[in-house]
Order: sequence, then C-alpha cells, then structure tokens
Amino acid sequence: MPIETPIDVPLQAYLVLAAVLFCTGVWGLINSRNAVRVLMSIELMLNAVNINLMAFSSYIDGLEIRGQVFAIFVITVAAAEAAVGLAILLSLYRNRETVDMERFNLLRW
Amino acid sequence: MTIASITQLICFAALSITLVVGALGVVLLPNIVYSAFLLCGVFLSVAGLYLLLNASFVAAAQVLVYVGAVNVLILFAIMLVNKKEDLAEIPRLALRRLLSGGVCLGLFLLLLRVDLTTPWAVPGPVGIGEGATIRIGEHLFSDYLLPFELASVLLLMSMIGAIVLARRDVFGSDLITGEDVDQGLIEKVRPPLLLDPTTPSPSALQETL
Repeated sequence: MPIETPIDVPLQAYLVLAAVLFCTGVWGLINSRNAVRVLMSIELMLNAVNINLMAFSSYIDGLEIRGQVFAIFVITVAAAEAAVGLAILLSLYRNRETVDMERFNLLRW
Repeated sequence: MTIASITQLICFAALSITLVVGALGVVLLPNIVYSAFLLCGVFLSVAGLYLLLNASFVAAAQVLVYVGAVNVLILFAIMLVNKKEDLAEIPRLALRRLLSGGVCLGLFLLLLRVDLTTPWAVPGPVGIGEGATIRIGEHLFSDYLLPFELASVLLLMSMIGAIVLARRDVFGSDLITGEDVDQGLIEKVRPPLLLDPTTPSPSALQETL
C-alpha cells in the first residue's frame, strides 16, 4: 500500500552533504600518514556514494528503489574490502614494523 | 509546514552536522583511536539519514555491517598495529596539504555546481515507504539474482584471502620438496613476546618450526 510521506528536505541537500563527505574522504586519503586512517577515509567515500544512491532512489525512483539494492551491494563490497585491506595492513606491519604510508615504498622505482 | 516536516528538517540538520563534524574528526584528529570512534558516529548518522529516506532495511544493514563489523575490525587493527612511532618529517608537507586541499575544494565546487544546476526529475513517483524491504527482496531474487550470487562468491573469496594474508603460522620448509623456505620473504623472524628470551633463541625456534 503506498503511503503518502511528506518529503520536505530537498534532494539537493542530500547531494551536497554527500559531496562534503566525499571530499573529506578524498582529502584524508591523500594526506593520511597512518595506513588505518587511509582505510577509514575509503569507508567515508563509500558512504558518501551510498547516500547519493539512497537519495536518488527515494526521490526519483520511489517505486522500484533500485538505488537501495545498489547500496546493499556497495555495503557488501565495502565489508569485503575492509577485511582484505586490514589483512594486507597486518602483514605489511609485520614485515616493515610501521604503518607509515611514506615508508611503504618497496615497489617504488 | 506541518509538524512532521519540521521534525524531518530538524533531524536532517542534526544528522548532517554530526556527519560532517565526525568526518572532519576522522580525517584530522591526531589520535587514531578517537578517529575510529568518530567513524562509528559517522556510520550511525548515515544510518539515520537512511531512516529519513524511508529505507529501514538498508539502515539496519548499515548499522549491522558498518558499525558491527567494519568498525570493530578497524578497532582490532588499531589495537594490533598501534605502536607509538615518531613519523619522519617529509619535505614540503604544508605545500602538499595545501595543494591537495585545493584539489578537494575544486572537486567539491564541481560537485556542488552539478548538484545545484541539474534539473532533477523531482518529484518522482510517490515512494512505497515501508514496502521497501519487500521490494528489495523481490529485486534480489529476480533481476538482481546474478549480482547477489556473485556477492556471496566475493565474500567467500575475501574471507579466504584475509585468512591467508593475515595468518602467521608459516612453514619452515616447503611441504612438497622439503627444502627450506626463505623466511625473510614471508615474515621477519622475531623473538616471541611471551616466552623467556634467554633460553630459546629465535633461530633455534625457527629450526623447530
């Protein structure tokens, strides 16, 4: 049964919020020295994308909510990414004894 | 303006302030443990935004997966690798930060312009509200069946990959040929933390492996 819900927050508000979150994530991704913080910045960016998907699915595609299905897939991939990323980080830490991104230069020319 | 819409606006404002402040804290705070807990707050406020968008299932999935799994995983990783270390100074750090800040600001302005000038096709059809969970289930088992199964394969692969990457019981000799494996490639030899460091030397321990 369709339920009439008043939506008064404009769509653009969600989009601008997601843009702020995404740019914060990009800045953190570039500037973090700690590798764990890099992973956290990636999670921020994925969440920003998810907010966009959910806002579009709610405002424009209200009947067929495909955006929500996409958001669920993004959450799944993010969980897998976090697990593998942290495992790589652990084995890097065992080998190099550091989490400093500037010192992970084993493969740099 | 009805009471419902005013409540919605207030909730949106509170959630977005929490979100932006939390995200800035995650990126800027020097202590990584505070960052991890602020990341938990960010995830929770994103789940609140999903509730505002009438998506209760995705909000629940967000809380379960992000707060319950990813954030706990990050906290565990911090516990395992959080060694106090003096980071070496790198030249032109301020310039680098300024440049990347400029790039991010430019990206933000671009996104802002796209967000505000595009004529979005709103209002769309009236949403199905709480029927969203049923609709997601229908999607997952009809037209999104293949991605759904692929996601399960992906989760299995990442689980096995994480175990293989993070385990530490490496073999001292190759299982098939019996030759010694170069341990330096796999993992540094280090004295065990809990044993008495005087009696078994690391090399002797390596032999028993």
